[in-house]
Amino acid sequence: MIAFKREKKEEEEASSNPYQNLEKTTVLQEARAFNDNVINHRKCTLILSKILYLLNQGESFGTTEATETFFAMTRLFQSKDPVLRRMVYLGIKELSHIAEDVIIVTSSLTKDMTGKEDHYRGAAIRALCTITDSSMLQALERYLKQAIVDKLPSVSSAALVRAYHLTSTNGELVKRWVSEAQEAINSDNVMVQYHALGVLYHIRKADRLAVTKLVGKLAKSHLKSPFAVALLIRIAAKLVDEEDNPVESPFFDFLEACLRHKSELVIFEAAHAIINLKKITPRELNPAISVLQLFCSSSKPALKFAAVRTLNKVAITHPASVTNCNVDLENLITDPNRSIATLAITTLLKTGAESSIDRLMKQIASFVSEISDEFKVVVVQAIKSLCLKFPRKHSTLMQFLSALLRDEGGLDYKAAIADTIITIIEENPEAKETGLSHLCEFIEDCEHTSLAVRILHLLAPVRAAAVSALAQFAAFCPNLLSNILVLLMRCQMDSDDEVRDRATLYYQLLSTDNKTLTNQYILNTLQSSVVALEKALGSYIQSSTDQPFDIKAVPLVQAVPEGPKAAPTFDAPKKQEINKPVVNEASFTDELTKIPELARIPLGGLFKSCEKQQLTEAETEYVVTVKKHVFNRFFVLQFGVQNTLADQLLEKVHIQLELPDGFNQVAEVRIPKLPYNQPATAYAVVTWPDDIEVASSGTIGAALKFVVKDCDPDTGLPDSDEGYDDEYVLEDIDISLCDHLLGVSRPNFAASWDELKEEREETYALSSASSIPEAVKNITSFLGIQPCDRTDRVPEGKSSHVLLLAGVFRGGVEVLAKAKLVLSDGVNLQLTVRSPIDSIAELITSAIG
Amino acid sequence: MDGSLLEPTLYILKGMVIMDNDGNRILAKYFDTVNFPTIKEQKAFEKNLFTKTHRANSEVIMLDGLTCVYKSNVDLFFYVMGSCNDNELLLMAVLHCLYDSVSQILRKNVEKKALLENMDVVMLAMDEISDGGIILEADPNAVCQRVALRADDIPIGEQTVAQVLQTAKEQLKWSLLK
Repeated sequence: MIAFKREKKEEEEASSNPYQNLEKTTVLQEARAFNDNVINHRKCTLILSKILYLLNQGESFGTTEATETFFAMTRLFQSKDPVLRRMVYLGIKELSHIAEDVIIVTSSLTKDMTGKEDHYRGAAIRALCTITDSSMLQALERYLKQAIVDKLPSVSSAALVRAYHLTSTNGELVKRWVSEAQEAINSDNVMVQYHALGVLYHIRKADRLAVTKLVGKLAKSHLKSPFAVALLIRIAAKLVDEEDNPVESPFFDFLEACLRHKSELVIFEAAHAIINLKKITPRELNPAISVLQLFCSSSKPALKFAAVRTLNKVAITHPASVTNCNVDLENLITDPNRSIATLAITTLLKTGAESSIDRLMKQIASFVSEISDEFKVVVVQAIKSLCLKFPRKHSTLMQFLSALLRDEGGLDYKAAIADTIITIIEENPEAKETGLSHLCEFIEDCEHTSLAVRILHLLAPVRAAAVSALAQFAAFCPNLLSNILVLLMRCQMDSDDEVRDRATLYYQLLSTDNKTLTNQYILNTLQSSVVALEKALGSYIQSSTDQPFDIKAVPLVQAVPEGPKAAPTFDAPKKQEINKPVVNEASFTDELTKIPELARIPLGGLFKSCEKQQLTEAETEYVVTVKKHVFNRFFVLQFGVQNTLADQLLEKVHIQLELPDGFNQVAEVRIPKLPYNQPATAYAVVTWPDDIEVASSGTIGAALKFVVKDCDPDTGLPDSDEGYDDEYVLEDIDISLCDHLLGVSRPNFAASWDELKEEREETYALSSASSIPEAVKNITSFLGIQPCDRTDRVPEGKSSHVLLLAGVFRGGVEVLAKAKLVLSDGVNLQLTVRSPIDSIAELITSAIG
Repeated sequence: MDGSLLEPTLYILKGMVIMDNDGNRILAKYFDTVNFPTIKEQKAFEKNLFTKTHRANSEVIMLDGLTCVYKSNVDLFFYVMGSCNDNELLLMAVLHCLYDSVSQILRKNVEKKALLENMDVVMLAMDEISDGGIILEADPNAVCQRVALRADDIPIGEQTVAQVLQTAKEQLKWSLLK
């Protein structure tokens, strides 16, 4: 039934709508009727309407088609029907751009222009001027000058308007029509007045004096036409604006007087002009703002719109002057016309206080999707200035911007938002993180390449990180590999060096499809100390470079243990050193190379430095601490020695070691003199036993040996040269497994685990621990390697747990351990250790117990 | 552009469009070859304009850097476009003139069907209102006087009968629809 109705409706429409589904060829065929002997003016008018309709719909006519139609049309001059005649004029105007030889109708039009039929004359002038070129214009000049001063307004206006158009092509000719235009300006007809003023100003605008005279005369003459007054206001405002002090200009009074004109059009024009004067002061602004304020409560949308649009502009330069209108603007923020509401809100945002921002933003968010892009840009710009004015509000505003960014919108609009966010980020560091994340989210599916490129440029460091992240994805999920390779290949053309380098590296690594490589270089990133690596590479390049560079010789970064340290260390400043192993290791290696006795020993790269250990009780005569520095084949004992006796000077201070079998001392550095309260350092270098089992545990006895000289407590000078040998027994230095192991983080434990095949397994009952967290703590500290995948955190109330540990054995051998813990009487432990070197795995598995 | 004074020019209008209630152009004139060099830009603009205005009857909108004032009746939409800095009231004057002229031509019967029947005269009216972006005439009476010449064609008696019938038909239709 509905379908039937629709069909019927369409039928009905088709029968009544002669313009539906018009075919150009059919219409042109119909146009043959123009050549009939007796012209049927109704039929021909309809055909002509159809042709004009087709042209209006954008149908294109070829030159031949147009010329043929044009010539056929000229036959219609025979008809006396006024509508048809007027339609012919329209046809001439429309086809004159396409058809050839259009000047053929000049005489017909000239006849109509000067003829007795008043209805034709104005339109004929306008048609004629569209087909004439400058050479023919000379011949027509006489008629046109006459037409300007014709008593018929339609003729006069037509001639003036055409003269105005002609100024761009035949300016010199039109200048000769000044006196006629001057006469026309006194016409009773408002439109003639308006057009005449337009032409006069255009002719004289280069002559400032003439313009001043013109305005001076007309400002007093009370023009009847509001359009003409509006035009005069624009001319006067230009003159006023050139003055240093606009208020002193005689025409400023004219502008102000126009604020009291009876036409709203003129009042607005005057207010707009005053407000836009460059050197206007707030005091002179007030009358103009007052009239706009009145307009704000008008019932006419266009008037409200005009007023609030202008106030919005003033708010940028003179926000204080607009605050008087705040109440009126508040009423407009709920206006049904969204454009008015938006302008009102953005004006208030510019003039309002910080406290009102949240409310206004809420209001605007409720309809932002309904307004056009232009207005969204206005809103965005208002937000931009707000953010700069009230940095504390950045979170509210940024949130709003990000919502806008997700909406539909054109390039200009999105660019404005992105611009604003970028500005905010640059001005306000607090907003940086949120801003960047919004931008990143945006470019994910940004359709505007130019904008995406701009944001990406800003995000260069982020881009580099993104490349790394992509590579990680590829390593984790092999089925994404091919897609990611394509992405990485594109990234190799990035404008940023860092991004390109990373992309190239990852692309090459991933294309090898070698699991070990991807594991080592992508999943588990570089664990060497960067500072040390840089140094090592530097010295490598200086050397002969015969040997390949051994990265294992570079000290590793010890994973920084999470959480606070259990035992507070001896002195606070040193604690920081421990927390910064990178700096510490590098500086220690430096220190060692400065000591000649040690520099000659081929120590190699530092593996790890252990925590400082006290070898004396606190508050004793001599305070001695030791720090073990582990190298591949040696370890260095660094003794910090301090003499706390003011009346003693110690000389030839050294520490005598009592080494277990297998350990050999190869060097020592003594302290020649140790005055009161001046800490000094002594060293001893010991080789590791070849057998790692022997090396993994042991006790080193130590004694401080020195020569004592009594001295003056005040000067520190010894009483005599004679001294006596003395010895002070220190506590033992323990060597344990954890000295050989360094915890490293393995972000992807499972992958590394699968890579190593050799494993050792052992089961223990841990009597020392009564709970799983305690056992985890003991194991971790005993082995000294790093818990992975957060397995050091045992969920509460669980009776079993798996602890994953990763580390490196002295010499750079990887060690991974899985400790399965089950709570029974004590804690049962099944320890599985994997390492490329079986003896190391064996050592570690057997070490616990 | 910001805060600048308006140029004393007669070129005020950027375009005039009459659309039906499906957003199809019935008649259009553009005077701005920069923003609207070809029919393609014009149609795109009209589509955008129509979607933004056909529901909210609020007289004025800023779109693509232009101020557009508009008015609709039954199934016709009238638009007048000008620069976004220009005096909206000038544009409103032109819109009123366009609408009132068409209304007079169609004898207050402002709807698509009537307009199609009087397409020729409406074309002439638009031509009388603006010449190349200049406001040629803003008084609807003057416009109609210059173009509404068809009255001579139809005998007075016939015209009134036709007019009465047409009005009666319309009123019936609308009372049924309501």
